[in-house]
Amino acid sequence: MTKTFSPALDERFRAAAAAEGLLDVAYDILPDTPIGVLLVGVTDYGLCRLSFDPEPERELEELARLFGSRVLRASRPLERVRLELDEYFAGRRRHFDVEPDVRTQPAYNQRVLAELARVDYGHTTTYGALAAQTGNPRAARAVGTVMHHNPVPIVLPCHRVVGANGSLTGYGGGLDRKEHLLRLEGAIL
Amino acid sequence: MATAVPPFETFYEAHRADVLRFLGRRLGRQQAEDAFQETFLRALRAYPRLEHGEHLRAWVLTIASRIVLDDVRKRRPQGELPELPVEDGLPAFEELAPLTEGLPPNQRAAVVLRYGYDLGYDEIGDALGSTEAAARQAASAGVRRIRSQTGAGPSSFAERKQGANPSGPAPENTKEQQ
Repeated sequence: MTKTFSPALDERFRAAAAAEGLLDVAYDILPDTPIGVLLVGVTDYGLCRLSFDPEPERELEELARLFGSRVLRASRPLERVRLELDEYFAGRRRHFDVEPDVRTQPAYNQRVLAELARVDYGHTTTYGALAAQTGNPRAARAVGTVMHHNPVPIVLPCHRVVGANGSLTGYGGGLDRKEHLLRLEGAIL
Repeated sequence: MATAVPPFETFYEAHRADVLRFLGRRLGRQQAEDAFQETFLRALRAYPRLEHGEHLRAWVLTIASRIVLDDVRKRRPQGELPELPVEDGLPAFEELAPLTEGLPPNQRAAVVLRYGYDLGYDEIGDALGSTEAAARQAASAGVRRIRSQTGAGPSSFAERKQGANPSGPAPENTKEQQ
């Protein structure tokens, strides 16, 4: 049924829906980035979601719960994010201009993510250091949890947070991806 | 517990083919494409006000029916008789709409599609995701309820003879015509 449905008509509706500002979240799937399939989602406030190996059904349910039921795939609103990611993966971008939308995160997570946003390209920090910067040096584990639930990895660079002994420790998208990103940025050899 | 409203993407993918098929039968292909977009834009505008995710197919087809009516009205020069379903003595959607407002969504859609748009029960069953028998039942329950509430005469809902529709219902499960 999907196959026989007119792609032009489909795209035209999706573009019109986005152009009229009727969407709570516009998302798209980037099928072939250097680190695999990504799902990216934007609201009027910015980038609200970046997921590795997305399971669309679960993702859409969650986006609808967090931001509203009008969740629709539409490529136009994602153009800027897609471009910035392309440049980043090609090593031509060190800083993202697209704003993250973390409104729906708990207050503590927002504080930690704001601190995380200050960790520069090619540098790393530790869970303990981030914990100290957000008020509780002993909250390294809590910071780890916030990193794990980071709604917009890469753009909010949780891959730049490592263990106190320099080990990569963990990554929501898998350690291979963390290593790939840090290597891309020249933070590790 | 009522079904939750699904993400719009899920709703759209589930019903877009049926909506286009429905509009194609009523309007022809070119007009149907414009009406298709308008149907889902209206659905999108109204979507946040949905209280549950039941009868969404009936809901979106009701929206599509209204757009068909608007389209007919728009293209009809002033003073001329409309060319679509109204001509043959069936009550137009225009007259039907206010009468059906108090009906449960399934009955409403069945009544509107049957008497306003002259779809066969097999088509209605298909459109509502149920069966021909269930569509017949929903329509007649709806009509009974309207009559008991408004005293609308039986002539408003005269059953048509099978085969009276010259264009005929399109066969089901055919591929989109290219």
